[in-house]
Amino acid sequence: MNAVLVLTITGLGLSALYFLVAAGLSLIFGLEDVLNFAHGAFLSVGAYAAWWASQHLFRFADPARFTLALVFALVVGAVVAGLVELLVVRPLYGHALQQVLVTVGLALALSALIQGGWGADARAFWVPRALAGTGTVLGARVALSSLLTVAVALAVLAALELFLHRTRYGAVIRAGVENREMVAALGIDVRRAFTVVFCLGGMAAALGGALTGVYYGSIDPSQGPSLLIFAFIVVVIGGLGSIAGSALASLVVGLLQQFVNYYAAPGVGDLAVMLLLALVLLVRPWGLGRGT
Amino acid sequence: MGAGKGDLKVPSARAVQVVRWAGLAVGVAAVALIPFAPIGVPGLFQAPLSSPGTLQLLATLLVFGATALTYDLQFGFTGLLSFGHALYFALGCYVTTVSVTRFHLGLGPAMALAAMAGLVVPAALGAVCLRTRGIAFAMVTLAFAQALSIAVLDDPLHLTGGSVGLPLDSTRLPRAFVGVFNTANLYWLAAAYAGLVCLTSWWVLRSSPGRFWRAVRDNELRVDLMGLRAFWFKLMAFVVSSFLCTLGGAVYAVVLGQATPDVTTVDFTLALLVMVVIGGTGTGWGAFLGGVLYTYLDDRLNQVAAAPAISHLPPVLELPLSQPLFILGAIFVLMVLFFPHGLAGLMPRSLAQNARRRLGELVVGASRGQ
Repeated sequence: MNAVLVLTITGLGLSALYFLVAAGLSLIFGLEDVLNFAHGAFLSVGAYAAWWASQHLFRFADPARFTLALVFALVVGAVVAGLVELLVVRPLYGHALQQVLVTVGLALALSALIQGGWGADARAFWVPRALAGTGTVLGARVALSSLLTVAVALAVLAALELFLHRTRYGAVIRAGVENREMVAALGIDVRRAFTVVFCLGGMAAALGGALTGVYYGSIDPSQGPSLLIFAFIVVVIGGLGSIAGSALASLVVGLLQQFVNYYAAPGVGDLAVMLLLALVLLVRPWGLGRGT
Repeated sequence: MGAGKGDLKVPSARAVQVVRWAGLAVGVAAVALIPFAPIGVPGLFQAPLSSPGTLQLLATLLVFGATALTYDLQFGFTGLLSFGHALYFALGCYVTTVSVTRFHLGLGPAMALAAMAGLVVPAALGAVCLRTRGIAFAMVTLAFAQALSIAVLDDPLHLTGGSVGLPLDSTRLPRAFVGVFNTANLYWLAAAYAGLVCLTSWWVLRSSPGRFWRAVRDNELRVDLMGLRAFWFKLMAFVVSSFLCTLGGAVYAVVLGQATPDVTTVDFTLALLVMVVIGGTGTGWGAFLGGVLYTYLDDRLNQVAAAPAISHLPPVLELPLSQPLFILGAIFVLMVLFFPHGLAGLMPRSLAQNARRRLGELVVGASRGQ
């Protein structure tokens, strides 16, 4: 029973990380039909930004230092993603394939840059003492970092849903996901919404990167690309363009992976996820959700 | 004489053909004779062409050039964006290596086995994956390729050597492929593979099913409406391209002397994609050139990065310039933004035709004995 509970919570932590990456991917794809390969690099950028900030903010006491590091990661993530959209993706609107290609190139270049700057080896991520230990949930000892990750992902989910359903920009974005041409025809500048969505996605991914450091206790340049693949799977299973779908799919994928990896053999869980994706796509060859 | 002069201005199609075949023959001979050429090419290669190190590099260039061409067959010519092409390269690489090293087969049977796998697996997976299209197709192919990659890395059956890779047991190989002195044979093997891929691609693309690949790429619905099944053309392109790619993996295992898990990853597929786009999508020769160039830069930029000219630069410049993948990624981004047709698009079609015509005139002139 204890094992099941611990597995559930670590699995949920993993789901939370997947969700943070998938949310932005899903919105970007839903609105702009861009499969953003650079999203894994946004995650790495966030992870290293938070790590760098926490190294340089040692003057501050525990909670402030950690919060500031997260805020710094958010800002860097938003700026990098916004710049990518403005400089590289925007000139190619209308050329869906070229957009995918350009993000592939960016992913290569950005991760090489990060590797050049901080090396390929893992770096220990500083975690506040209050989060380093374990807590007791229903009699099982679970890592607080997993709980924090889940809590942050839930907060991001709530914030995104609020933003999408309660603000004017959110309405424009949702309408754009439904029918971009119609929104443009009504005289609304969809392009600005594109930049906003990229910034939001970049922030979520950067936050995911920082929390990857908390969750695993260390960061390295390969985390971004490997999380990106699972996030792709989450986005496709959840339906492209749907935040709630991504949240649900990330739950399924994270838990499936964690449980099968534990009860079968390490690696089998990852395999199971791949097969799940293949199965979903083959049962519904047109893909889930819109856009395919 | 006057009539003859008129003929000279417009060389016959036959003369152009002669020039084309002659050029091809010279090219093939040049590639085949490189191991006998102790010529240094300063700046491009560190050692003479016939030295084992350079031959090894050249063999790798040929294998990756040809593999990029196989990717272009399905991506550029048929419009299938697969993120799982690495699967077939890895299949060839690992079936060959595992058969030789673990099951003590000879190299011939091992490669035959790889070739068989290269027909059966793509036919089965292709039939499944091609039920989807667009992004869904890209994702399903990615999922299968990742599944193989995970299986190779985790190595539950203790066959693949996990993340370390698996050396090709050299005691089981034909003597001709073992040792530094026989690098020339490895080079010829790679050259033969490249020749096979080029020839097959040329032949397939000229055949009438091959023409329908391009029709499927341009307008799939129309092919279906003509009463033909686009599905079968796509499957055919998928199987042909994957089969040739599997052979490439098998050859690479011999050239490298081992199977490495690097070729199973999605990064390898993305590298193939980058090669094809840098060279020119849907041109064939452009993809080959892109593959050669990418592999060469990837190899050489590592050495350039260590050069004093770079390492003495201020960190702001030194850091990005010391990362080959950063340079390649940046080149790629710039190519996509500014030269979407790749290197092949930079060379105007008329230029190549003019050059061929000019040569044709010379040949006609020479054959007339002035």
